[in-house]
Amino acid sequence: MFETVMWISVTFISLAMIGLIYRVIKGPTVADRVVALDAIGISLVSVVALVSILLDTSAFLDIILLIGILAFIGTVAFSKFLEKGVIMEYDRNGDR
Amino acid sequence: MTEMEIVKFFAGVFILLGAFLSLVTAFGLIRLPDVYTRNHAASKSATMGVMLVLLGTFLYFWLIEHHFNSRLLLGVAFIFLTSPVAGHLIARAAYNSGVKLSDRTVQDDLAKARKAMKAEELK
Repeated sequence: MFETVMWISVTFISLAMIGLIYRVIKGPTVADRVVALDAIGISLVSVVALVSILLDTSAFLDIILLIGILAFIGTVAFSKFLEKGVIMEYDRNGDR
Repeated sequence: MTEMEIVKFFAGVFILLGAFLSLVTAFGLIRLPDVYTRNHAASKSATMGVMLVLLGTFLYFWLIEHHFNSRLLLGVAFIFLTSPVAGHLIARAAYNSGVKLSDRTVQDDLAKARKAMKAEELK
C-alpha cells in the first residue's frame, strides 16, 4: 500500500516535470525558461527523496540539500545576468 | 492498526499532497498568461509541495527506520528560505529587462512611479 502511494507520487512529479519541460521549450521569454528550470530543480529534490524511500537507503539524502543550493545559486546568477548583463562586477578601482 | 501503519499513513498523506502540489505547479506554468503569474504559481506551490514531500520523508526515516536525519530538516528550512527569494529575483529581472505584462492587466503602479521619477529628474 505504502509503496503504491510512493509510485503514484513519483508518477505525479514526473508528469509535472514533463509539463515544466514543455514550458522550458516553448516559453516566449528567457524569464519563463528560468522560472521553469528552477521549478524543475525543486521537483528533482522531491524525486530524490521518494527514490531514497523506495530504495530504503538514507545515502542519497545529502543530494537533496545539494540540489537545493545549486538551484538557488543558478537562479540568482541567471537573474543577475538578465538584469545587468554581468554576473560578477569587477570594480576593483571603483571606476565602473 | 499498529503504530507503524499509522506513521506510514501520515507519511503517505504528506507525500501524496506534496506530489499533487507539484502537479498543480505544472498546470499553473502551462496555463497562466504571462511571466509574473507563472512565477507566482511556481514559487509558491512548488515550495509547499517540496516541503511536504521532505516532511513525509523525514517522518518515514525517523519513525520507521529510527534514523533521525537532520539534513532533511535543513533542506526544508533552506528551500523555505531561498525559493521565494529566487522567485522575487527572477520577477524583478523580468520587469527590468522589459518583459510585457499580460493584456488583461488593469494596473501597473511600478511603471507609473518610474515615469514620475524620470519626470522629476528631468526638471
